[in-house]
Amino acid sequence: MSPAIQIENVHKHYGEVHALKGLSLSIEKGEFFGLLGPNGAGKSTLINIIAGLTRMDSGRVSVMGHNVVSNYRQSRQSLGVVPQELVFDPFFSVREILQIQAGYFGKAKQSSAWIEILLEGLNLTDKADANMRALSGGMKRRVLIAQALVHKPEVVILDEPTAGVDVELRSSLWRFVKELHNDGHTIVLTTHYLEEAESLCQRIAIVNQGELVALDSKESLLARGVGSTCTVSVTLSKPINNLTDSLKNKLKSCDENRIEFLLNRDTDTIISLVDNLRMIGAEIIDLRTEDADLEDVFIELTRQVNR
Amino acid sequence: MSWQGMYTLFYKELRRFGKVALQTVLAPIMTALLYLLVFSHVLNEHVSVYNGVSYTAFLIPGLIMMSIIQNSFANSSSSLVQSKVTGNIVFVLLTPLSYLEFYLAFLASSIVRGLSVGLGIFLVASFFVELPLHNIFWLLIFAIFSSAVLGSLGIIAGIWAEKFDHMAGFQNFIIMPLSFLSGVFYSIHSLPEFWQLLSKFNPFFYMIDGFRYGFFGVADVSPYLSLLVVSSFWLGFATLTLFMLHKGYKLRD
Ligand SMILES: Nc1ncnc2c1ncn2[C@@H]1O[C@H](COP(=O)(O)OP(=O)(O)OP(=O)(O)O)[C@@H](O)[C@H]1O
Ligand SMILES: [Mg+2]
Repeated sequence: MSPAIQIENVHKHYGEVHALKGLSLSIEKGEFFGLLGPNGAGKSTLINIIAGLTRMDSGRVSVMGHNVVSNYRQSRQSLGVVPQELVFDPFFSVREILQIQAGYFGKAKQSSAWIEILLEGLNLTDKADANMRALSGGMKRRVLIAQALVHKPEVVILDEPTAGVDVELRSSLWRFVKELHNDGHTIVLTTHYLEEAESLCQRIAIVNQGELVALDSKESLLARGVGSTCTVSVTLSKPINNLTDSLKNKLKSCDENRIEFLLNRDTDTIISLVDNLRMIGAEIIDLRTEDADLEDVFIELTRQVNR
Repeated sequence: MSWQGMYTLFYKELRRFGKVALQTVLAPIMTALLYLLVFSHVLNEHVSVYNGVSYTAFLIPGLIMMSIIQNSFANSSSSLVQSKVTGNIVFVLLTPLSYLEFYLAFLASSIVRGLSVGLGIFLVASFFVELPLHNIFWLLIFAIFSSAVLGSLGIIAGIWAEKFDHMAGFQNFIIMPLSFLSGVFYSIHSLPEFWQLLSKFNPFFYMIDGFRYGFFGVADVSPYLSLLVVSSFWLGFATLTLFMLHKGYKLRD
């Protein structure tokens, strides 16, 4: 079974800029996949190559097993893309735009019921006959999503769909996208809101300067934590001032009876920390480890490469 | 072939200029009529080009062809530049449409725009002057081929231009002078030899001359020669356009 999207050793130059440096990646059918990276990392370039909007210098890309260059008709039928830029055609109304888009894919006749469902699902029914110019930014964004889905593609790529979208709309968009995913669509998402990626995506790729710097399930990415250390914060029943040298070495901060220790994941364990504290007579009321969130991982990974 | 996809793009292009018909169809008709009014009033008594053909009658086919030329060019070029500048060209580029389908859809809508304007001028002008119709076949052939040439050139210009300014340059410094200096207002036989020769290097001359033959049955050169020139230009531009589209030049960089 071929993956939903297969990317093999893709290179892309824009003049002097080496936007993609031999990137390889494969996204399985039915995945909810996150593509993260700082500004200019090459995310949109990669998406444009998958969609056939940009030609790669070398490499191979296929969507649902169809090569995006030699078999572009099938690959584009299988793919819906929500572009990052808020583009629209000022000559037409929302419904006209969707009918036209369905027609391009040869699906004019069978799409009229689906268009109404999309309008409903994206809260656009009121605006269906309004000209595109008369819509707010958030509404235009929703039309872009409807346009990407109008030919019922199996794979949907959303390039920063929530940039500039208010909180309420964002959560309704996510509900919509999750439903798509539950219906069996493969979803690829780029976003700069890391908590979004953390809550939605099963697997995450982090791209930096045209290279893949991490590719893992969300859980193992988070489990990596930041580098090789982790922070443990301990609350004691009363302040203590007789820390042993070995404990002092691990001290990160101390505020009255709240102490933070920095542990080395390879040599220290939480058990030994607790034992050591007990030995000097400290009574532990509370102990917590600071979970790394995606943001820490992200910053760590993209910083390493930037150096 | 994806007939429905191609038809949809063609239909969208028609709707696009149809929605602003005041500017895209009626305005050029008005302009042509103003030319007609002014020039025929000033020159009708004094100039006779072909025996038995009044200057006003002589002028009309030239004006019609000039408008066809300018409007079929404007149609594809301005639509493409607009979609590129606003970015909505991606909606077409994301679809399974092939470069050939893309070309044919833009070509067909340019031809329709050219013919609509031409027919409009013809109908209104018929109120003022009685025009002979020597051979409607030649008329249509030249109207269609000429708008095909200019529609293709418009696609090339639209792909090449990066902003409206480039487009205006193309229009004002190439299309306008060439169409004006192609024998709209005169027969090239009335020109000094040097200018006659120069006119024969202007492809628009053959469009107008052949078109005029359809009305009067006389022309400055043989309609077969004109047809050969015009159709060769179309083939050349079509090949170039298809090549650019196939390569994705400036569209899929
Ligand atoms: N059409 C283009 N012409 C020239 N350079 C380009 C073009 N598109 C992208 N680039 C360059 O390629 C690199 C990658 O850009 P890209 O848009 O893919 O980044 P991104 O990861 O999508 O960033 P963002 O998060 O800001 O959207 C950048 O250095 C950018 O300047
Ligand atoms: Mg981007």
